[in-house]
Amino acid sequence: MPPPVAIAFSGVQKWFGTNHVLVDIDLTIATGEVVVVIGPSGSGKSTLIRCINGLEAVQQGTVVVGGKRLTATGGELAAIRREVGMVFQAFHLYPHKTVLENITLAPITVKRVLRDQAEREARALLERVDLPEKADAYPAQLSGGQQQRVAIARALAMQPKVLLFDEPTSALDPEMIAEVLDVMKALAHTGITMVVVTHEMGFAREVGDRVIFMDAGRIVEQATPQQFFSAPGNPRAQLFLSKILAH
Amino acid sequence: MDWSVLGENAGALAQGLLITLEVSALALLLALVLGVIVATLRVAPSPVLRRIGTAYVEFLRNIPLLVQLFFLFFALPSIGIRLDAFVCGVLALGVYTSAFVAEAIRSGIAAVPTGQLEAGLSSGMGYATAMRLIVLPQAIAKTIPPLGNTTLNLIKNSSLVSTVSVLDILGTANLLGARSFQYVPMFVGAAICYLILTLPTAFAVNRLEKRYAR
Repeated sequence: MPPPVAIAFSGVQKWFGTNHVLVDIDLTIATGEVVVVIGPSGSGKSTLIRCINGLEAVQQGTVVVGGKRLTATGGELAAIRREVGMVFQAFHLYPHKTVLENITLAPITVKRVLRDQAEREARALLERVDLPEKADAYPAQLSGGQQQRVAIARALAMQPKVLLFDEPTSALDPEMIAEVLDVMKALAHTGITMVVVTHEMGFAREVGDRVIFMDAGRIVEQATPQQFFSAPGNPRAQLFLSKILAH
Repeated sequence: MDWSVLGENAGALAQGLLITLEVSALALLLALVLGVIVATLRVAPSPVLRRIGTAYVEFLRNIPLLVQLFFLFFALPSIGIRLDAFVCGVLALGVYTSAFVAEAIRSGIAAVPTGQLEAGLSSGMGYATAMRLIVLPQAIAKTIPPLGNTTLNLIKNSSLVSTVSVLDILGTANLLGARSFQYVPMFVGAAICYLILTLPTAFAVNRLEKRYAR
């Protein structure tokens, strides 16, 4: 029996003004799958994953996450978002709160977890992202790589079934990319469903179950990393790979 | 020049200072309440509400305060609405200043990156919770410097109420100066009275700014 469906797009169309940013998207992601979305900038990758937690609304078609259809209404949308964590390119940690408060804020206010328990769990998560000593620091006191690891811990604190990563290493200095990728690789083996927009081909190759290549708002190729990197079928994908793997 | 008039009239000036303080405090309260409401309109999801907020701000901040004050005091009685000079002063000053308060708060909210709201929403918070716990605390910090300026301007602008016969600092100094022909000491005295109100305010704003600068 195939694993249950975590995320399903069917017949999705989205426009920003007259710009058709998502075109005929049909996509099914299984529970526990690690899907890597790649493609040139402006191809719709970020918009695609922002539709999974309703930060963007689609104009046609449906997006179903964990069996629930994403609609534009407040309460239900918030309920779906509790199950879907997101890690952003620019971290978006709360600058007026400590690392520990950043991680415990949603569990305490949204899930009504008691403060003691939330803090215990937050410290355990900080161990997991290898930053146990930073609990009382403010985000501005951390390096980019440390901030992104805190952001991952913050997303995990809600114990989501799905984790979305929107170019999580694109804003980082090269020497900090590895520390974030290491955390993400460890996560990929825990059975959580991950959708990762990235330019890190090493990551895609190592832990991706499937690679999706997007161009001009369409999914133009889907393959296992082995297939995709050795013999991409789509000419745009071939061109893209030749450009980024050449150096 | 006879500086002794200053000493003789210190009580009257102190009384004027109290009136200025009352007008300013009441007008500031009014401006903050109206300003928060209008700022909420300015960032509301509904375009109609946003337009109402914009119209309010642009209308009030682009008409001189003195014109608004004269309208309340001299024009309204001719259509049967007669308000006390003090009340006219508080209303005109408060409503006029509310446009600047609304702008300060709106720009504070706008200065918080949208990613902050998105991070809150993504963790399952509703819009109101994310605004309250994440966006507004950061917006308030960014709002302190412009609100401080607005408050200082309000205190200084309150001197206009002397034109409609309120005996605030300037009204008292002007009256006593005319009576004694000792304008220099009286206006120096008035300037000192205003500094007694504005300098501590400026100092407090600087303190707040440092405390919230994170």
